[in-house]
Amino acid sequence: MGSSPAAVAPVGGARHPYAPTPYRVLSRVSETADTVTITLAPAGGAPIDAHRPGQFNMVYAFGVGEVAVSISDGGRFPAPLVHTVRSVGKVTHALAGVVPGQVLGVRGPYGRPWPTEPAEGRDVLVVGGGLGLAPLRPLLQELLAHRERFGRVEVIYGARSPKDLLYYPEIQSWRQRTDLRMQVTVDAAGRDWYGDVGLVTARLADVRLDMARTVAYLCGPEIMMRTTARDLVDRGIPEEAIWLSLERNMKCAIAQCGHCQFGPVFVCRDGPVFAYRDLRRLLAVREV
Amino acid sequence: MTEPLHRHESALRIADHPFLRGLDPSLIESLSEQAVERDFDPGEFLLRDGETADGCYLVFHGKIALEVSAPDRGRLTIQTVGPGEILGWSWLTPPYRWQVDARALKHVRVVRLDAGVLRRTFTELPEAGYQFLLRLLPVVAHRLENTRIQLLDVHGV
Repeated sequence: MGSSPAAVAPVGGARHPYAPTPYRVLSRVSETADTVTITLAPAGGAPIDAHRPGQFNMVYAFGVGEVAVSISDGGRFPAPLVHTVRSVGKVTHALAGVVPGQVLGVRGPYGRPWPTEPAEGRDVLVVGGGLGLAPLRPLLQELLAHRERFGRVEVIYGARSPKDLLYYPEIQSWRQRTDLRMQVTVDAAGRDWYGDVGLVTARLADVRLDMARTVAYLCGPEIMMRTTARDLVDRGIPEEAIWLSLERNMKCAIAQCGHCQFGPVFVCRDGPVFAYRDLRRLLAVREV
Repeated sequence: MTEPLHRHESALRIADHPFLRGLDPSLIESLSEQAVERDFDPGEFLLRDGETADGCYLVFHGKIALEVSAPDRGRLTIQTVGPGEILGWSWLTPPYRWQVDARALKHVRVVRLDAGVLRRTFTELPEAGYQFLLRLLPVVAHRLENTRIQLLDVHGV
């Protein structure tokens, strides 16, 4: 674990597109049984470029591999990088098991961010499912940092169970705010849960926004985004006012390898944030 | 605590409920026969799995957990129902038996429509029954679709 940072330093002053920048693990916080949030700071060298909400980095566990991970905190540059990782494969298992002091490689930031300009002066609806809250969190932080620019803001967050909710302390603080309305729902729960149970789409009926003047941001399992976007259009949100973030198997992150190709688009370069209007037909095609 | 409603008052209240809003007032008047307003404290059951499905509940206030028992997982809440929603459709077709437990999570206020009155009304007035079903079927279909997605366990993969 933790190779020498010198082994991956830029050569000849110009950073090779595939060369990771060494970052040291500052902290590791368990979110759920299989998901952790890690905080990283440059391991002595220059940091990577500033990021925008919705972008992602390629995070490299030396000797194991590299994966795309959303940036899950909107801290202003050059604040430490924050990534929330769910252990589902070899690389993410290694990343979820890091310890403070360990060195990882980081390339990025990549991808198109959440566009917030279209939401200025309008109501905002943010809908997240499961780990999909991670790339939405910096967006929410930005909305709240410039709260006066937006109308009413509502959040719907769905998870598998109460034990699978991310950022629980932050959710509690969001729910106490008077300038933000947040609904939390889970797929199933025991008797110690007094919140809502059901899909995020079931909570849409309780949204109190002016739908014709609302901009929506969605991230979560694809089937959730598809059904939610469809319901939102039925409820009056224009297609062009719905934005969603796709997850695909990204390898190079610079639109060279084709691993993340989704029909005619490369998710790493053209996304991961897309306008629903541009993706609606593709989302309905099987096996794309 | 059960409190029979004044006939005129119940018609007004039921007519206000989103599920029935816009229905023919004379039909609402018929449905409100035997309608009762009921309050449930947190933890109280509105209906129990296996018992006779003898009513249909229009939820006005509070939150209700629909629960099932799962081996090794105990009591599981699979859905919550809240204001503006309808609870229960097992009264519509034989064997008229509830398939889940429904338990109040917060103080709940409902109007219970009598299943016998509903079935009799719809037998005598098929057009009214059709109008009612046109409202009920989307609720059933939506819950079925939600259950399908829940079965996919999309957050767990």
